[in-house]
Amino acid sequence: MSKRILQVVEGAYRATIEEQDDTVVWFTQAIKGGGADVTVLLRGHAVNYAVKGQDASGLAFGDRKQTQPPDLSGDLVRMIAKGVSVYVVRDDLAARGLTPADLVDGLTPVTTAEIPAMLGRYDLVWHW
Amino acid sequence: MTRSEEVAMTERKKLALLLMDAPYESARTTTALRLVDAAARRGLDLTVFCYEGAVALSFARQAPHANAVHGRDVAQEDHPNPKDWIAALMVQAEQSGGRLAWINCGLCVDERGVGEVAAGIGRGSPVDFWKAAEAADNTLVIPTRG
Repeated sequence: MSKRILQVVEGAYRATIEEQDDTVVWFTQAIKGGGADVTVLLRGHAVNYAVKGQDASGLAFGDRKQTQPPDLSGDLVRMIAKGVSVYVVRDDLAARGLTPADLVDGLTPVTTAEIPAMLGRYDLVWHW
Repeated sequence: MTRSEEVAMTERKKLALLLMDAPYESARTTTALRLVDAAARRGLDLTVFCYEGAVALSFARQAPHANAVHGRDVAQEDHPNPKDWIAALMVQAEQSGGRLAWINCGLCVDERGVGEVAAGIGRGSPVDFWKAAEAADNTLVIPTRG
């Protein structure tokens, strides 16, 4: 049986325009495709990945346009559809004035106080 | 491989590490290499997966430089290049009866144009790191920060 992996994503918007995605969310999708048993926990600024309606399009340097901007909330939705559970820290949402209505569907809210017990359910915790 | 070598390899502790920082940018890289060194000296079976900027750690065209501020020429400055540290760690691992597999994320290499790598460096994908983590006794991810 595969080890249970928890990907804790905290470093947010790290080169997302250059990479056209978040590199940890991408990494997660790649190993899920390989067969990994992986879950994502969004905390800190990364909770903003779950906000609907983000639009990073329009960037151009000279005549070179970024035609495929990142779609971070869309990536989360696609990842959830592939069977990856995505948790989001409720306290971090509240600190940023975000409500459930602002977010994409399919997320599981968790409080900061619940995280220690959550960590115990995983064999590997990778904190990015 | 002899039977005794197979048994020794099976019994060796396995560690999988992921590095993400580009060379000459963060003390995290030095710390990570210290950890790899300590493990290599103990004969562990090590896999290091380099993600994003860390793939440049093994870029073959790294070159030492003189340093006028220090008042030293190239030879005197003896400027360390991470590709040489990696090579030394591979030798150290082997001499200690262990192994160090150093794997670069292939797409990260391509987008940075650092495909010309030092001898012994592998190319792979996140799935290779996941497989190494599955087989390892422990795993450490050291991401970039800030």
